[in-house]
Amino acid sequence: MAPTSTEALLISRRHLDEMVAHCLAAYPEEGCGLIATPPGLALVERCYPTRNAAGSARLYTVHPLDHLRADRDAETAGLVIAGVFHSHTHTDPYPSPTDVGQAPDPTWHYVLVSLRHDLPSVRSYRIVEGGVSEEPVLVEEERPAVPPSGTPGRRADRAG
Amino acid sequence: MAVEVRLPTLLRGAAGGQSVVEVDASTVGEALQALAVAHPALSGQVLTDDGSLHRFVNVYLNDDDVRYLDKLETKVVSGDVVSILPAVAGGCGGRGDAVFDGAPAAPTAVLASPRRRRR
Repeated sequence: MAPTSTEALLISRRHLDEMVAHCLAAYPEEGCGLIATPPGLALVERCYPTRNAAGSARLYTVHPLDHLRADRDAETAGLVIAGVFHSHTHTDPYPSPTDVGQAPDPTWHYVLVSLRHDLPSVRSYRIVEGGVSEEPVLVEEERPAVPPSGTPGRRADRAG
Repeated sequence: MAVEVRLPTLLRGAAGGQSVVEVDASTVGEALQALAVAHPALSGQVLTDDGSLHRFVNVYLNDDDVRYLDKLETKVVSGDVVSILPAVAGGCGGRGDAVFDGAPAAPTAVLASPRRRRR
């Protein structure tokens, strides 16, 4: 079944790695955090790992004070909190009935990080009035910015 | 006392698109009631019908969660900022596996675990 949303979530490899690393560090508890985008754009510009106030392997609650700090930081940067990520430590990356029942915002991206298998997998969903639709996650690989150990102005393609 | 109430994006539509509403109040509870009077579409979104704080929102006075202050009785003074944010929670739940509907959908990011070794 094709996702009903035509939108995709764009995220850099660095931010994706940040989410997964936070979830691995929180293991065996569920890890969670928030993502910020420019208003109306599905492009992750900041990622805020937060404490799991539920401190549980089966539940998460984004720590309210971490949420407040993230919200303020995002606003200062001209961004909005536009989604949440959390891990399922032993289940697939699909929203559980708990996730669906507690999803606060139909415009948010609900990112699931599954640690069920050796390779963490990441998927993203929209949850609107109890209906779940998956959206593709497009990962932007990092572009090499400067030549390794190069000094400014030195040509990257200079033969060594 | 003039205090600012900051709204989350989800509730701004019910307040004519405003992100900040200025109200006159001497407690957090009064500020939230005044908010609902100014914008009736917000009634029931933050406070329940019996006047208590809805469990799906978090309310802060400046940098503190009001649940750890005097809740709705917390005093406010001019210049204070009352912020409302949705409570964000979920999880795989209390029982067994989450339901996976079997739709493999589009290819999504699969990361190599940093500790993964292939032999």
